[in-house]
Amino acid sequence: MKFQVDRDTFADAVSWTAKSLPARPSVPVLAGARLSVDDGKLTISGFDYEISTRVTVEVTGESAGTALVSGKLLAEIVKALPNKPVDFVVDGPHAELTCGSARFTLPTMPLEDYPSLPQMPEAIGTIDADEFARAVAQTAVAAGKDETLPTMTGVQIEMTGGGIGMLATDRYRMAIRDSTWEPGASDVAVTVLVPAKALADTARTFGSHSGPVTIAVPQNSEGAPGMIGFTAGGRQTTSRVLDGQLPPLRSLLATSYATTLKVRTADLIEVARRVALVGDRNSPIRLSFDEDGLVVEAGGAEDAKASEGMDCSLDGEPGKIAFNPTYLLDGLSAMDAPYTAFKMNELGKPVVMTGQPAPEDEESDTNHDVYLYMLQPLRWDA
Amino acid sequence: MASDLRRFIGPDLSDDGIGIMHVDMDAFFASVEIARDPSLRGKPVIVAGLGPRGVVAAASYEAREYGVHSALPTAVARRRCPHGVFITPTVSYREVSRAIMAIFREYTPHVQPISVDEAFLDVSGARRLIGTPVAIARAVRERVRAEHGLTCTVGIASTKFLAKLASEASKPDGLGVVPVATELEFLHRLPIRSVWGIGEKTAEKLTRLGLRNVGDLARLDVDSLAAAVGTAGAEHLYALSRNIDPRPVRPERVEKSISGETTFDRDAPDGSVWGPVLLELSRKVASRARAAGWAGRGVTVKIRFGDFRTITRSRTLAAPTDVGHEIYAAARDLADAAATAPVRLIGVRLDHLVEAAAVGRQVALGEPEHGWRDIETVIDRASAKFGKGAVRSAGRLERPDSRVDTPKPGNPGR
Repeated sequence: MKFQVDRDTFADAVSWTAKSLPARPSVPVLAGARLSVDDGKLTISGFDYEISTRVTVEVTGESAGTALVSGKLLAEIVKALPNKPVDFVVDGPHAELTCGSARFTLPTMPLEDYPSLPQMPEAIGTIDADEFARAVAQTAVAAGKDETLPTMTGVQIEMTGGGIGMLATDRYRMAIRDSTWEPGASDVAVTVLVPAKALADTARTFGSHSGPVTIAVPQNSEGAPGMIGFTAGGRQTTSRVLDGQLPPLRSLLATSYATTLKVRTADLIEVARRVALVGDRNSPIRLSFDEDGLVVEAGGAEDAKASEGMDCSLDGEPGKIAFNPTYLLDGLSAMDAPYTAFKMNELGKPVVMTGQPAPEDEESDTNHDVYLYMLQPLRWDA
Repeated sequence: MASDLRRFIGPDLSDDGIGIMHVDMDAFFASVEIARDPSLRGKPVIVAGLGPRGVVAAASYEAREYGVHSALPTAVARRRCPHGVFITPTVSYREVSRAIMAIFREYTPHVQPISVDEAFLDVSGARRLIGTPVAIARAVRERVRAEHGLTCTVGIASTKFLAKLASEASKPDGLGVVPVATELEFLHRLPIRSVWGIGEKTAEKLTRLGLRNVGDLARLDVDSLAAAVGTAGAEHLYALSRNIDPRPVRPERVEKSISGETTFDRDAPDGSVWGPVLLELSRKVASRARAAGWAGRGVTVKIRFGDFRTITRSRTLAAPTDVGHEIYAAARDLADAAATAPVRLIGVRLDHLVEAAAVGRQVALGEPEHGWRDIETVIDRASAKFGKGAVRSAGRLERPDSRVDTPKPGNPGR
């Protein structure tokens, strides 16, 4: 097997595959990147039984064949190469890579132990890559990291003829993002729960390529689909899906809210970060608001204390509320809108955060209602 | 104790407006040995190094009557008290000490240990939540007795200095309150030599000046004192004689934890037997956390198998909790994975503690206002009123073959 390939193209492809390879593989071959050449095309793939990646690039001077080399090592090497054509030749147990005057020899790994990659399932629709990246990032932030509650570590993707919704929660906060997409059929009704971390990685890398992302889910109708696939710009990835479903999160939304507090998103992020310095990640951040403005506080009693005032517009009763600082900042950072509205009912009940246009820009047609982030304030018991 | 002192110190005097406690274990090392081996009770027990250069570490009150005290060479102690029971330490006093300090911390976070066997507590903030200083002192003394078979003496006063003098004046197995209204009457009657903070040399100089008790000292002005003991010393004595001691009780920052464990009379074959016990332990640990105002993020399960192999498994929760049901959920999960053989002992520990009032409670979205925590709080109150075990989970009712020990406080996380 041999080929010659453009350095930048090769570097992009290899680093993309290597990123999803396991750091501590259960079997050594799973740390490998599989290089397969045929008919002017090189396909680089990786698989760890949970996530598979496949990227195809054009090559020249090839002779067909397949080889398995350490993905991380290959990625490191290619990244460091000068900007010259790269020649890759496999000779028995070694692969030789030359680029300009640089020459590397890598051991190859046994292909016979390498699992075969899952087939890409049938496409069920497409979504704009940038919209996909944004929607996933805005929801994945609320997903849980506790592996003992696996359901909560996923982003639930709900695909229907009318739209695509993404939801995630770690029990303490939740995020819901609705998007438009191009369903393959008007009667599509598929819900899958995808591990949030892998999904966020995929969406981020796809987001840098404009164009559509194709979503593929096996249509076997028998229970859970088992996997989901995404394709964009010559790159394919599949992910295992999680069992179960999130609780009916939309039912937690109230039909109306008594109080709405509106603040400039960037200002509150800055103030909250500054004030939170006096506490650790579990020290509450307290918001007190009335007609005169908003005061953000943290710490107190015997510990260090910080407070800062800022402008706000209030529609409803003055009040006080406290949040876990991480949960608050996660929501604000995901907000993607110049202003953020906190919508509240009585104390102790979940608070909904949504994006708002700037007051001077009320006419803007940006629809901020597509995203909401709900978080549970802290309670103090008697 | 001089009889006229009793008017100014005693167990039943007013604790209004004072909240500093000094708790001192009585003949600590010797008492620990006696608690371990009750046949030693009433005998002159001397814990000492038994080598040729050994010294006495502690002596029971019976042995003290023969003039045996700590730091005395063992050989001298043997001459003074030939029929004494001389033993070398058999258990870790530090472990016992930690467990006792943990009891203190259930009543207030302001605990300042000053050695293995004594500590200052500031309970002034606990008056409304937990009880008056006297009530806390009685509770602490009772628990130290019930859980460790040891006695201690508590002094309660307005300052650390006076609280320490109060406990010294009430030893052994006593409780001495020095009411703030008459605290100087008490202090001024104490002989200068007995006052903590006045060294041997200084006391000698003062005696030569004809000063016998603290009251004599208080009548002198700073300048006359300075002539005798130097400026710095004079200011110190001046402050002491007027009970001016602004030093706060400084809690030692320690890794705190609350734990409980149970040994089964017969090894528990599976979760159907140890599960309900683990639930009850989780509830007790949570109840104690709530009583002390703590919430914890770390849950650790300890399992000892029939062959004494002991393992621990830990998990960090997403948010601090003081709810037994939540502790149990994590503990059960850990135990299910770890209990691969019949279980001799099971325990649960809550650590990474934070003050619940400072962090609030992160409940789940849409969690009802009244959940498990309220149920458990009701159980707390019922147990306080009708006694432990007034309310128990149904799963525990049909298991007479296992026994839940009183949870042992401690901080084994070192």
